[in-house]
Amino acid sequence: MKNKTDTPLTEDFDTQTLQINVGPQHPATHGVFRMDLTLDGETVVRLKPVMGYLHRNHEQIAENMTYAASMPYTDRLDYFNSMSNNFGYALAVEKLAGIEVPERADYIRVILAELTRIVNHISVIGFLLNDLGAFFTPLTYAFREREKILDLFEEIAGSRMMCNYFRFGGVKRDLPPGLLERIRTMMDVFPRFLDEFEALLTDNDILCLRCQNVGVLGRELALNAGLSGPMLRASGLGYDIRKVDRYSIYGRFDFKVPVGSKGDVYDRYYVRVLEMRESLKILDQALRQIPSSGDIISRKAAPFLKAPRNFKPPVGEAYGRVESPKGELGFYVVSDGSPQPWRYHVRAPSLINLTVLEDLCIGHKLADAMVILGSIDIVLGEVDH
Amino acid sequence: MAKKESRLGVILAHAPNVSAIDEGLKSELSKKGVVVTTLNHLYNWGRSSSIWPMQFGLACCAIEMIATACARYDMARFGAELFRASPRQSDLMIVAGTVTKKMAPQVVRLYNQMPEPKYCITMGACAIAGGPFIDGYNVLRGIDRYIPVDVHLPGCPPRPEALLHGLMQLQKKIESQEIEKTAWYQKGLKREYPVPEFGPRGLIPKFNPEVWQPRAKDNRKERYGEPILIGKKIKAPDLDAETLRRASGGPAK
Repeated sequence: MKNKTDTPLTEDFDTQTLQINVGPQHPATHGVFRMDLTLDGETVVRLKPVMGYLHRNHEQIAENMTYAASMPYTDRLDYFNSMSNNFGYALAVEKLAGIEVPERADYIRVILAELTRIVNHISVIGFLLNDLGAFFTPLTYAFREREKILDLFEEIAGSRMMCNYFRFGGVKRDLPPGLLERIRTMMDVFPRFLDEFEALLTDNDILCLRCQNVGVLGRELALNAGLSGPMLRASGLGYDIRKVDRYSIYGRFDFKVPVGSKGDVYDRYYVRVLEMRESLKILDQALRQIPSSGDIISRKAAPFLKAPRNFKPPVGEAYGRVESPKGELGFYVVSDGSPQPWRYHVRAPSLINLTVLEDLCIGHKLADAMVILGSIDIVLGEVDH
Repeated sequence: MAKKESRLGVILAHAPNVSAIDEGLKSELSKKGVVVTTLNHLYNWGRSSSIWPMQFGLACCAIEMIATACARYDMARFGAELFRASPRQSDLMIVAGTVTKKMAPQVVRLYNQMPEPKYCITMGACAIAGGPFIDGYNVLRGIDRYIPVDVHLPGCPPRPEALLHGLMQLQKKIESQEIEKTAWYQKGLKREYPVPEFGPRGLIPKFNPEVWQPRAKDNRKERYGEPILIGKKIKAPDLDAETLRRASGGPAK
């Protein structure tokens, strides 16, 4: 048999592209996402995302039940950060019904939303390292810290992941005694963990080689595709809804919006690390400013806690949006004056961030495509809602 | 090992060591480094303490499954830390999350691809019966309609402790099986389950009658009554008129 190296590599050498299917059951697809890849050798020439394997009819179900009953379903949209999802939906309905939120409840909301951001970013970095081949070791460290925050959530809301804690006009119940001190303790320990994590990762040669100049997302493309969140900020656009809208009480806090320069995978990783540090800053200020007592739900909305079917917002429409850890999470609600929303729509950041996947992956190796997917940070519950 | 009463009053079904050798001889032999046991006991001990689950997450529950494998809950203590990405190498399928109608054929196919002996745990309300999404048009009301399930784990999502408990229950089940009677050593074993097809009006067939039959009475209806049906909402609210009314300060409808 002829040696392979002796094969003449002329221009008319017959090569074929290879079509492979990744997912829906694949360890690197973050759930049940499927990619139809066309490879030339090992280089991606075409990528077609296939979604819908976790389509759970969130919008249809929400349109057939009362406003309050959709709250637990929003938890399951992006199951890493249920508190942010609650926040967005509560803001939309409060805008629709004209409900004011008491100050203490606002502070509780902001504290929980920032804790959620930390949980999300730390897990995402763990999963990204998983995709890079550091199988489960960084993720184990990340999940150790995540558990500490989930313990706090459990104390507050009674559930680790699906918190279902926000209500229209406030939150479900007051914080348990001594919780703020425990958050403070967590915050004292967390920067040390983050330093350790960064010492192992940020200047790591392998991480730099695998991530720098991989999946570069230009500013133009990021804008045109309507991206948001860390994806957009890594491309050099400092757009943060907490700064732009100043919803809830974010206007009172002093924090920076970290911005990347190149828009590659490494920038996306590093923006998330910096955002965690900024979240700690917000938490620190919020813990100092939070009033020690006060209402946790507005007087106007309190009666509807027990009788959700009596809650009938006036005819109109409202769009509430928050800066969820993945990007701009928006809820669009239309009321026709009945106890159910007439139209309910979710602007899911994961879904919209995923649209640039093909542009990012083309020209890269198959192994890099997995890393790029990991850096986009999708959650299938939200992509398919 | 004798049967003993646990705190919850559940009798542990560990396979007792029924070797016919008397105890004196046995202890004499053990001093010389000879262990006497039944093949059954050894076989089940080996299988139950090295279960390889499939790395297969569907939705929210998958995150709790990962948390179980991570530092705090550490599934490795029970010998089940080796999550395999391929069904060909795994013993246990943990169906963690909502099974939609689009995904169900793939789940059944993956189960078919696993080698014998194979086990299945449904994790979470969605995988058991549709969970909170039961009214959705695209959600399968329980994967047990197509494949046999060994352990059901309720919860939304179940805590990691619950998954560990489910795993221990499965280990008990494995330990109670006998090597002579196990199905996968018998002749004519048929354990390939028909893969449903994703048709235009849901899955065809609706269920596999060999593993699941519809209940004679509807427990859900009995317990919660008739579902509250909402009249079809056809007419859209007139948002423009409402905006005009608010601008002019007219009376509310």
